[in-house]
Amino acid sequence: MNHFLSTEDVSRQDLTDLLDDADSFVEVLARPIPKVPALRGKTVATMFFEPSTRTKLSFEKAAKALSADTMSFSPGTSALKKGESLKDTVLTVQAMGTDAMVVRHQATGAPWRIAEWVDQPVLNAGDGAHQHPTQALLDALTIRQRFGTLDGVRIGIVGDIRHSRVARSDVFAFSTLGAEVTMVGPRTLLPIAAEDWPASATEDLDHVISELDVVYLLRVQAERGGASVFPSLSEYTKRFGMTRERFARLKPDSVVLHPGPMNRGVEIAAEVADDERSLILKQVSNGVAVRMAVLFRLMGGEHSE
Amino acid sequence: MDPGDIDRALTRIAHEILERNRGAEDVVLVGIHTRGAPLAKRLAAAIETIEGETMPTGILDIGLYRDDLDTRPKTELGRTAVPEIDGATVVLVDDVLYTGRTIRAALDALADLGRPARVQLAALVDRGHRELPIRPDYVGKNLPTAPGERVTVHVVEIDGHDGVVIETGGT
Amino acid sequence: MSDVVLSGGEIVTPDGLVSGDVRIESGVITEIGPGLDGAAVIECDGAWIGPGFVDLHTHLREPGQEWKEDIASGSAAAAAGGYTAVVAMPNTNPATDAGHLARFIADRGRQVGLVDVVPAGAVSLGRQGEHLAHLDDLWDAGVRIFTDDGDAVADAGLLRQAMDYLAARGGTIAQHAVDPDLAGGGSMHEGAVSSRLGMFAIPPQAEDVVIARDLQLAKLTGARYHVQHLSTAGAVEMIAAAKASGLAVTAEVTPHHLAFDDGAVAGTDPVFKMMPPLRSSDDRVALRNGLADGTIDAIATDHAPHAAHEKDVPFEDAPNGITGLEWAAAVVNTVAPLDAASFYARMSVAPARIAGLADHGRPVAVGNPGHLTVFDAAKQWVPERTASLSSNTPYLGMTLTGRVVATVFAGTITARDGAPVALSA
Repeated sequence: MNHFLSTEDVSRQDLTDLLDDADSFVEVLARPIPKVPALRGKTVATMFFEPSTRTKLSFEKAAKALSADTMSFSPGTSALKKGESLKDTVLTVQAMGTDAMVVRHQATGAPWRIAEWVDQPVLNAGDGAHQHPTQALLDALTIRQRFGTLDGVRIGIVGDIRHSRVARSDVFAFSTLGAEVTMVGPRTLLPIAAEDWPASATEDLDHVISELDVVYLLRVQAERGGASVFPSLSEYTKRFGMTRERFARLKPDSVVLHPGPMNRGVEIAAEVADDERSLILKQVSNGVAVRMAVLFRLMGGEHSE
Repeated sequence: MDPGDIDRALTRIAHEILERNRGAEDVVLVGIHTRGAPLAKRLAAAIETIEGETMPTGILDIGLYRDDLDTRPKTELGRTAVPEIDGATVVLVDDVLYTGRTIRAALDALADLGRPARVQLAALVDRGHRELPIRPDYVGKNLPTAPGERVTVHVVEIDGHDGVVIETGGT
Repeated sequence: MSDVVLSGGEIVTPDGLVSGDVRIESGVITEIGPGLDGAAVIECDGAWIGPGFVDLHTHLREPGQEWKEDIASGSAAAAAGGYTAVVAMPNTNPATDAGHLARFIADRGRQVGLVDVVPAGAVSLGRQGEHLAHLDDLWDAGVRIFTDDGDAVADAGLLRQAMDYLAARGGTIAQHAVDPDLAGGGSMHEGAVSSRLGMFAIPPQAEDVVIARDLQLAKLTGARYHVQHLSTAGAVEMIAAAKASGLAVTAEVTPHHLAFDDGAVAGTDPVFKMMPPLRSSDDRVALRNGLADGTIDAIATDHAPHAAHEKDVPFEDAPNGITGLEWAAAVVNTVAPLDAASFYARMSVAPARIAGLADHGRPVAVGNPGHLTVFDAAKQWVPERTASLSSNTPYLGMTLTGRVVATVFAGTITARDGAPVALSA
């Protein structure tokens, strides 16, 4: 594996290996000194052309826990404003002596182009509405910790799937790992050509909710055109929100996940967010472990040329 | 070494550990992943038979502490689960002692997990060719080898049988 | 000027292929028959001999964007691809919306002397879509095709006005049929591939609604209406129905829409970003069928050069289009092969008629202008270089079947074996 760009073309074995490695890193992060020297002397550049706080911090923490140095690129103050091309920007950063790049970009496929231009591993931290593969890994790890496996686990992904890179990465990763995935949302927010996806689709959350082991809630993506579909947010909550009432109808062992940031009161009731069956904070801590696993796998060890 | 040799060597090492440390108090066995771990468990069992006390055992993966990550083929990471080691005598247990780099990495890992009072080293096979100033405290067998040779220890817990194999030609 | 003999070819005639030689002297075909000799002889070895190709849709980028292409390099690429005439799109800088700009382009083409460069005129001033361009001024400068290519003429009222004006004179309105509101911010075809990529995409209806509306206006005004770069099955159906009902409607298709579908975009390589986008495999089949049965009249390259640094960006940020003059004939012959007569009909005869070029697309007959292209439909080859200033194209390195053996423009050999010939002074 030279880059980590998408979950769509990753084998079950590779996904499982990454999750197994992540388990080791969960243990490392629980130590009094949560740091190992595996990537000492290496530099990881976080290039976030689209704003992010949480994912960026998570990657930086992961790099540092592996004893790597980090370099952070921020588009607001960069030469991009002076018209420098994306290609020149990444080549300049590489020339400063980086060993891997973590990239988030609003244009679909940008990490793939960057991977063609540079001579080092590229990790996709989110491209357009296309893929966010480390999110899918941390989600899968969280589910595996809870249920021991993803085989046969019934997962419902609820919300604006059409505009969500988290949903795309999740659907492919979960189904490759053997889960039964159902996409839930209004027709206008379910993917076009949904029948082509390895998941079933329904517009009726209440019809499936009591059979789901995992309810994965997505945020309404107002910035990608999702909000215009509903006359009001309360309409969304009424049909697709994880209200207290819906939460009560879940199986006793079922859990709720959310990629964050949450809109409390919209897609998730405040009480549900704080319930112990909501694994949202666990997802966040797993995120660091999973990103350590990916960084270690890409940067530590022999590369196939 | 045949299975009988291995068992006798482990039993002798168990006695040596107890003799050297004047008993089993405050001693922790830590096996180095992969094959050091079952060997550590066997040592603990032998010690329990002799002293009647259960000795704490742990397992240590040093994959994150290697100094040669760029040149070795990728291997899977193993578990690390080590009991409390502050102030204890840690006996690291490994199957083959060769250049000493694995032990160096293990010492770094131990330093991140706690502060032992002292660290000793038990190796089933010492094949020489040290590249670092590291010496074992307990050795099952000294096996002179050429650098091009490959020494593999098989343990029944992982490989289905016990034995030590020397192969020529390449690492 | 010395004479040129094309020897041992299969000449495309109304009665089928006829083996023979063709002599061209002083820019005119003077003799056809077996065993001809001459100062410059090109061995055709059974290759087809027919009228020189005419491209209805080329972007030469001059004036204004000469780093991508200029009239000289574009002409060289055209000659290499077997073209003896190209219609130059008006989305230059400034747009060709007045007579003097059209004259500049035509004059420069004559100066280069490799192909007839025929400027198309804009429909609206500056191609802004608000006011009519100086259509009379353009007409006086010889312009007969009008298009805002790059953009659709979206305003129905404006389009009707232009159609009324041109219907009276016999000119042709060519439409870049992409509805700007339905297309939105889309970069690719809306379907299973865009769904996986999560990209904003363009449904086929963005093309169909424009054509449906325009056909009504064509009916109302009686104007000649030509649809550029067809891409949908629905469009093919509508063109067929319109022709059947007697409307003066014509259509073109690009080689890339015949060669690729939206599967090519799955890797988000910007070299496959076009407008209209590459569509579904069903659409591609409909386009191939439409080409074969004549619903689609002509092949047009939509040769769209862009500098490397402009295309070497993420997909959504890249400009649309690829270069293709040099390989259009080869690509069509590879993915949608036609018999010789149909091939020259689509590549030469029909486009010459649509563009109103009396000297081009003429039968191979004594007395007709010496614009000829020799095409070997069996030759397998791999393009490795280009005469264009830009190389934003998927065809380099691709195995193609069919190659231009020679291009003769006004009696002069302008290209041999897929490469332009430097002209002596």
